Amino acid sequence: MAEPSTSSALPLRFEAPSFVRAAAFALFLGFFLWSLAGAEISIRELLAGIPNMGVIASEMVPPATDRFVPMLQSVLVTFQMALVGTVVGVLLSVPLAVLAARNLTPHPVIYSAVRSLVSFFRTVPDLAWALFFVASVGLGPFAGTLTLIVDTIGFCARFFAENMEEVDPGPSEALSAMGANRLDIVVCGVLPGAMPAMINTSLFALEKAVRSSVVLGLVGAGGIGAELAVSMEMFRYDQAAMIVLMIFVLVLGVERFSSAARARFITGNDD
Amino acid sequence: MEALARELPLERDDQGESVGEIARLSPKAVPIALQVRGLHKTFSDGNVEVFRDVSFDVPEGQAVALIGANGAGKSTLLRCCLRLIEPDDGDITINGLDLSRQSGRALRKSRARVGFVFQKHNLAPRLSVLTNVCHGGLAQGRGLRAWSHRLAKRQQREFALHCLDQVGLADLASRRADHLSGGQSQRVAIARALMQEPDVLFADEPVASLDPHAGEEIMKLFRSLNQGKGLTFVFVSHQLDHALDYSDRVLGLKDRGLALDSLSAHQTVTSLRGLYG
Repeated sequence: MAEPSTSSALPLRFEAPSFVRAAAFALFLGFFLWSLAGAEISIRELLAGIPNMGVIASEMVPPATDRFVPMLQSVLVTFQMALVGTVVGVLLSVPLAVLAARNLTPHPVIYSAVRSLVSFFRTVPDLAWALFFVASVGLGPFAGTLTLIVDTIGFCARFFAENMEEVDPGPSEALSAMGANRLDIVVCGVLPGAMPAMINTSLFALEKAVRSSVVLGLVGAGGIGAELAVSMEMFRYDQAAMIVLMIFVLVLGVERFSSAARARFITGNDD
Repeated sequence: MEALARELPLERDDQGESVGEIARLSPKAVPIALQVRGLHKTFSDGNVEVFRDVSFDVPEGQAVALIGANGAGKSTLLRCCLRLIEPDDGDITINGLDLSRQSGRALRKSRARVGFVFQKHNLAPRLSVLTNVCHGGLAQGRGLRAWSHRLAKRQQREFALHCLDQVGLADLASRRADHLSGGQSQRVAIARALMQEPDVLFADEPVASLDPHAGEEIMKLFRSLNQGKGLTFVFVSHQLDHALDYSDRVLGLKDRGLALDSLSAHQTVTSLRGLYG
């Protein structure tokens, strides 16, 4: 094969890293090793725990059916909390996202304020919100639902705003040229373009809410989580196994539904 | 520039304002649909002056082609006429309404009687063709009723279908707008503009992304609307044969100003090439 003639040198396959890059890598490695100590990772304790895992697992089989109906009712409440929390959260996220989208916000101050509020909702963990709402409105599903609303806003408002910023500006410009007002432009020019991504985000929010709602029960915010906590505390691992099985079926069902809904929305008309 | 001015019949009056032959030849009684005076635009990023002191009148019912090399400012000029891009200076009057001093609701109301067809159709994706046409009703402040054909009153839906019929697409009313070909999409964009019941129609390189056959069809449609409905039509084109075949008058931008204002019948493709030198 003839040698191709070229005036520039072939780049090296590998280059020695710069001092800054090498120092950064060494720093990361050192911090990671320190974190291993902080996380108290212990192979000895893991090996010692394996027999206990075996005992618990054997007690989980067969899963208990004696409290099947009350557990099913709790699973239903869990799903209802997740559904209501997601739907209300998504509905509240849309206007917040409009205010937090750079291309739609009426004023930079409003943009910054709403972005900060949404970040605050997102960065405070849902368990902390649940404890706050349990203390505020009492034990039960209402506290859990409020938690899921706040959690959904923190997740959806941010992504909706980004979806709206990424939308093709052409339709909005066309509507603006014909004299449409701001609300018309959002509804007719921005939302149709952002809708697939927003639906995707909403369905992920529903899946996330279902998983969260299970955990929220552990702190008294209603749903199947409370049943799970009681079963574990009473060493009724067979009941706990049934609850885990139910949660698995619920989460799987919601994921299957959201996959089908996603496909349906992407091919269908929005109007 | 002087050579071009000799080659192309640009005339200036005593005040130094450009006056086209068409303005001179038109009967005085014909009202002016679009009046532009002393328009100036500089883009702040990079401090690029696009054009300065651009003035012209377009009488009602006239078809005007706006031509010039890339970057000459054709699209910017057209957008400035509706203040989609803010001009730095100058006056714009459309149908007797001074857009340059309007804002908010008044500006929106003035824009309502001007249709604007873009190079890319700019239809709302995922929505049906009929709903996209109904969006033209937003110009009349119909709000919620214009958001979707399902919310529109019966007569609005029928008018939207009539607009689609005018562009030959009534049978595609239920189809998703993003499932159309480029030519079909541009026709829907024209139908949406017709839904506004406009007096003036602007088009910014409306056939640039279409194949030659579809492009000819769209330009014929524009011309028939211009001649049949008496719509004032101002369009930007890079295709000189289109500029000559589908307009009454040609305006040419060069060197940050209006370098040509002539009847289309007095020009040839060869003579217009001087603008691109």
